[in-house]
Parts: sequence; C-alpha cells; structure tokens
Amino acid sequence: MIRILEFTGRPVILIIEEFGKVLLLFLSAVSWAIRPPFRFSVLFKQMEFVGVHSLTVVAITGIFTGMVLALQTYYGFRLFGGESLVGATVALSMTRELGPVITSLMVTGRAGSAMAAELGTMRVTEQIDALYSMSVNPIQFLVVPRIIAGIIMLPVLTVISDFIGVAGGYFVGVKLLKINSGIFMARIIEFVEFQDIFNGLVKSACFGLILALVGCYKGFFTTGGAEGVGKATTQAVVISSVAILISDYFLTAVMF
Amino acid sequence: MIKLEQICKSFNGQTVLDHLDLKIQPEKITVIIGESGGGKSVLIKHIIALIKPDSGRIIVDGTDITKLNDKRLNEFRKNFGMLFQEAALFDSMTVGENVAFPLIEHTRLSPKKIEDTVREKLLQVGLKNVMQKMPSELSGGMRKRVGLARALALDPKIILFDEPTTGLDPIMCDAIDRLIVETQERTRSTCVVISHDIESTFKIAHQVAMLYKGRIIAMGTPDDIKKSDNPKVKQFIEGKAGAPG
Repeated sequence: MIRILEFTGRPVILIIEEFGKVLLLFLSAVSWAIRPPFRFSVLFKQMEFVGVHSLTVVAITGIFTGMVLALQTYYGFRLFGGESLVGATVALSMTRELGPVITSLMVTGRAGSAMAAELGTMRVTEQIDALYSMSVNPIQFLVVPRIIAGIIMLPVLTVISDFIGVAGGYFVGVKLLKINSGIFMARIIEFVEFQDIFNGLVKSACFGLILALVGCYKGFFTTGGAEGVGKATTQAVVISSVAILISDYFLTAVMF
Repeated sequence: MIKLEQICKSFNGQTVLDHLDLKIQPEKITVIIGESGGGKSVLIKHIIALIKPDSGRIIVDGTDITKLNDKRLNEFRKNFGMLFQEAALFDSMTVGENVAFPLIEHTRLSPKKIEDTVREKLLQVGLKNVMQKMPSELSGGMRKRVGLARALALDPKIILFDEPTTGLDPIMCDAIDRLIVETQERTRSTCVVISHDIESTFKIAHQVAMLYKGRIIAMGTPDDIKKSDNPKVKQFIEGKAGAPG
C-alpha cells in the first residue's frame, strides 16, 4: 500500500512543486512589471514577435477551421432541415471556443517554443548571468515583456482568427453550399452576442499568459546545455498546450 | 579589497567550496588557478553574487554582499564588470548594441555620446568597424574582446575574467593576456582572473591563488607559487597527470 502511495505520490509532488515554481516566477514577474524602468521598445519587439509574426499561421488555421466547421455542420444540420443555423454555429464556435483555443495552440507552437528556446539558450550560454552582472534583472528584462505581449496579442490574434474563421464559413456555406447569404448573416447577428466575443477574448488573454509564462519558465530554468534547451522547448509546448485545454474547460464552466 | 571568509557551497550534496578563505588585493591582478571542474567559475560567480554561498561572508570594500537585498545588490554590481567564459554576448544584438547595453541601462548619456563611448571601448580592446556585426559573425577572440569592451563600458572598479583564454590559439591568448594587463594598468582596477593556463597566469598575475578541493591551498606572488613545496601546486604548474609525487 505504501509503495503504491509512493509510486503515485511522487509525480503528484513533482507537479505541485513545478506549479509552485511557475507561480513564484509569475509573482516575481508581476512585482518587476510595476517597477521602473519600463522598457517599451523591448515590449513592442515582443508584441511584434508574438502577434505580427503569428498572423499568417493564425489566419490559415482560422480560415480552414471556419470552413471545415461550416462543412461539418451543414451535413449534420441538413438531416433535419437546419442549414440556416450553419452561420450561427460557425460564429458561436469560433468566438467562444475554436478561435481562442486554436489561436493559442498555434502561438504556443510558434512563439511559446521560441521563448523557451531563446531563454534556454541564454541560460546555458551565461547571457542571463551577464544580465545580472550588468545590474539588469533578467525577469524584468526578459520575462515581463514576453508575458505582457502574450496577454495583449492573443486577444488581438483571436479577433482576427474569429473574423477569418467566420469568413471561411461564409465562403463554404454561401458560395459552395448555396445557403442564402441573408439568412446566414441574420442568424449570426441573432445568436452571437457581445458577451460571446468578449468571453472568448478573456479566455485568449488567459491562454496568452499561460503560453508565455510556461515558455519563459522552461527557458529561464534550463539546465544541461543544448540537450536541455531541446527538452525545455518540447516541454514548454506540451505543458502549455495541455494547460490551455484544461484551463479552457474551467474558464468555459465559469464564464458561459 | 575583496575578502571571502569560510565560504561553503554544495550542489546536490556535492561540496564545491569548503570553508574557503581568500583575500584579493585592490588594484592588482589576482589569478585563481585550479583543475577543470574544480569550482573556479563557482568561486568567481560568488564574488559578483551570481551564486549565493550556503554559508560564509563575502566582503567587498567593507560590505558583506551576502546580506544585500536584490535592489542593493543590483546597485552594487555596477562596480563590477565581468568577462564570461564564452563572452556571453547577446545573440539578438549587434556588437555595438552589446557594448552600449550597460550605458543605455544605467546612464543618461545621449545616443551620440553612447555611440562615441562604444567606439572608444571597442578601440581600447583593439576592434574597429565591427559595431554593426552580429556576435555570430565574430571569431572566438573577437567575441572575448567585445565581451571585455562591454564589461569595461561603465568603467568598473572590479573586473572579473572567467577563463579568458580558454579555446583560443596561442597568439590570441597572448593578445588577450596583454589586453588584461593594459586594461588593469590603464584603469587601476582590481582584476580577478580564473585560469588553468599556467603560462598565461605567470605572465599577467600580481598574485596567484590555487584552488584545490574547495579550498585555497596556496597563495602568493607568481615566484612564491613557482617555488611552492606543495606537491599539488607543483604537479599543477608542471602539468603532470597522476598522483602528486
């Protein structure tokens, strides 16, 4: 019995320990975020990296998600004559769920992994120590701008993904499957409320925080040279993705 | 004066520094020699408080830096410049931006004045027309020179060198050695150099300390060290493998 408890308890303790360290990094980042100097140029550079450079991948995934959603719902709804609801279904799915989640997963793969790799490389090549030696706090210089960029840019990207996704759905529904354009749009206006869009954006801001925090945490505390950087990068993507999906459930349960 | 008193440090149960005592004279070049993996880098990182000791005191100009909070430590570190083993230049910045970094962070100089200072610091380390280059475009020796220019940017009182000649060819080693001596003579700074290069050590040092099994086992002028009876010191300076005779 004790062996079973030991066997199951050890990973639980490790997870709690890891979670505690992430939380400590977050609290430290918050305390450094409100202290001068405020390095806006570093922040804008990160916003460009997280936001602008992710536009293409977010647009492509957004449009195809909207398109496939329209296709699937059309085939399902046609069975009971509900084709007119395709537009509303696509819009609700995109704004509430798929826009924030797919965008966050894409940005995790692109920017979260890059954060872990960049900070990890800086750690193993002593660049983080160099910052300390030059009286610059690396959490303030490296972690804070990345977290703020994640929180600000994910909602922006999500809005774009939502819009492009609905446009993709419109294209498939109206142009390919010949649903009446007026009905398609009318149903969207009828069913989608501002709260749906807003809650989706709140979710995406939370996901932005998660992916940036996990990416920075894994990179900042990398050990073990090039192999360690590789591991940190992989772990950052896996942990962020899982954390986004788990938190998505709880955020949805609370918000909708 | 830098004084390390009874410094102990372990990692995962393995003792690296064991009640280490060391006094570093001001305005001199002190070289700390010892085997690879013997804790020399750990020791130098204690001096600039990048690593905190498990116990013991590190006193720099009368201040025990182990007792300082983060804010005061940040202020205190402005007295230091450090050249890291692989230079630790920021990959994402040009050479000019690397050297300008401490000036931008800690001074209110105009961009023009910063550019002039960067150019001057690069000239001091023998580099011209490299400001726009990325660190990845530089050779090992050039990277170290840029690292030194960055370390000198704020005219620090104490300069730490972590194995400055490791991985360089003999000519470049000699160039870096000359640079260390010239820099110390020009700035009258306190220099602490970590090295396992005996030839280089005797060329530049005013004072040599040997680290062995977490303690300083010999300390003195290069001549004192050359004449040392300590078998471990003799073995090290003669570069002989196996147990000391």
